[in-house]
Amino acid sequence: MSQNPDTWLTRFHRLGSPPSFYRLAGILMPFIAIICIALFVAGLYGGLVLAPPDYQQGESYRIIYIHVPSAWMSMFVYAVLAATSAISLIWRMKLAEAVARASAPVGAAYTFLALVTGSLWGKPMWGTWWVWDARLTSELILLFLYLGYMALVAAIDDRRTASRAGAVLAIVGVVNLPIIHFSVEWWNTLHQGPTVTKFDQPSIAISMLIPLLLMAGAFKFHYLYTMLARVRVEILDSERRTAWVNTLVTSKAS
Amino acid sequence: MKPRRKQRLILVSLLIAGVAVAAGLALLALQENINLFFSPSQVAAGEAPANTPFRLGGMVVDGSVRRSDGSLEIQFDLTDTANSVTVAYTGILPDLFREGQGIVAQGSLGTDGTFSATQVLAKHDETYMPPEVTEALEKAKAMGVQ
Repeated sequence: MSQNPDTWLTRFHRLGSPPSFYRLAGILMPFIAIICIALFVAGLYGGLVLAPPDYQQGESYRIIYIHVPSAWMSMFVYAVLAATSAISLIWRMKLAEAVARASAPVGAAYTFLALVTGSLWGKPMWGTWWVWDARLTSELILLFLYLGYMALVAAIDDRRTASRAGAVLAIVGVVNLPIIHFSVEWWNTLHQGPTVTKFDQPSIAISMLIPLLLMAGAFKFHYLYTMLARVRVEILDSERRTAWVNTLVTSKAS
Repeated sequence: MKPRRKQRLILVSLLIAGVAVAAGLALLALQENINLFFSPSQVAAGEAPANTPFRLGGMVVDGSVRRSDGSLEIQFDLTDTANSVTVAYTGILPDLFREGQGIVAQGSLGTDGTFSATQVLAKHDETYMPPEVTEALEKAKAMGVQ
C-alpha cells in the first residue's frame, strides 16, 4: 500500500471517522427521504388500489403489503446488527458500534409490526390470533433478542463496554435468522411457505408482486433514513466533548 | 491484519460456529416436538399420542364435508393423500375452510378412530392470484379433461 493520502483505503478510513460520516449522512438524508416517500406512495397505491383481490382471501390479503416487508426488514436489520457487531468486536470501529446501537430499536419496531399484522390477519384467515408454530415462535424470539440487546446496552454506563457486551449477544442471536427463514420448510407449521424468496418462480401474480417489491424498497429506505438519523445523534452524543462538535453547535447557535 | 485483530476474528468465528452447532443439535433433538401437527399417516402408524389432545393436519377430502341441519356440527375427512382420518367438530369454521384446503385441527382421537376436534384452523398456502386467473385455470383444466 502506498503512502499516498488519497488511496481508496484512506478515503474509506476517513468516511468511517465520525465527523465525515456525520456530514455525509446529513447530505444524503434528504434524497433518501424523497425516494422513501415516492416508493411508499407508489407501493401503497399499487397495493391497496391497483392490485386485484385474491382468489381465496378477497381483500384481506392486502395486509401483506405491510406484513411481508416488515418481516423481511426485521431479519435484514438483525443481519446488519450482527455484522456491525462483529466489525466492532474485531476492529473496534466506533462507527460500527453506533450503527449497531442505532439499528436495534428500528429492527425491534419492524419485528413488532410483523407480529401484530400477522396476528390481525391470522384471526379471520386461520381462525386464531396466535399459534405456537416454529415460524411465529422464532419471530417472537427475534423480538426478545432485539429487546435483550437494547436492555443490555442501556444497562452499562460506559458506551464502548456496553457496545461490546451487546455485540456478543447480537452475534449469538444470529443463529435465529436461518431458523426463522427455513422454519416453514424444516417443520410443518401453520404459517405458509415462502412465496417470493424461493429458488423458483414466485407463487404470486405479477400485478400483486410489483407493489410488494415497491413496499419492500420503501421499507429499506425508511430503515436507511431512520438509522442514519439515529447514528448522527449517537455520534453527536459520544463526541460531545470534541472540538468539531463544539464548533458545529456554536456555529449553529450564533 | 494485525495479530490481535486476527485473534479476535478467530474468536468471533468460533463463537458463531459454536452457537450454530449447539442450536443445530438442540433442534435436531427436538425435531418431533417442533412440528405443529401430526399427519394422518402418522396417526395410522400409531405415532400420535393416545388419550392426550394433539393437532392433526391435512387436506379436506373433496365431497367429504357433511353438515347437520339446525346445528354447527360438521364432519369431514382429512388426508395426506396416503391415509385419511375422519374429524368431527362443532363450532365456527375459519374463512378459508373449504374442500381441498389444508386444515389443522386440535382435539383427540376417539376409540372409533374419529378425531373429535375442539378447534379447527385453516392453513393458507403461499399462492396469491386474482380471481380471474383461477377461473381461467379452471376453464383450461376443464377443457383439458374433455
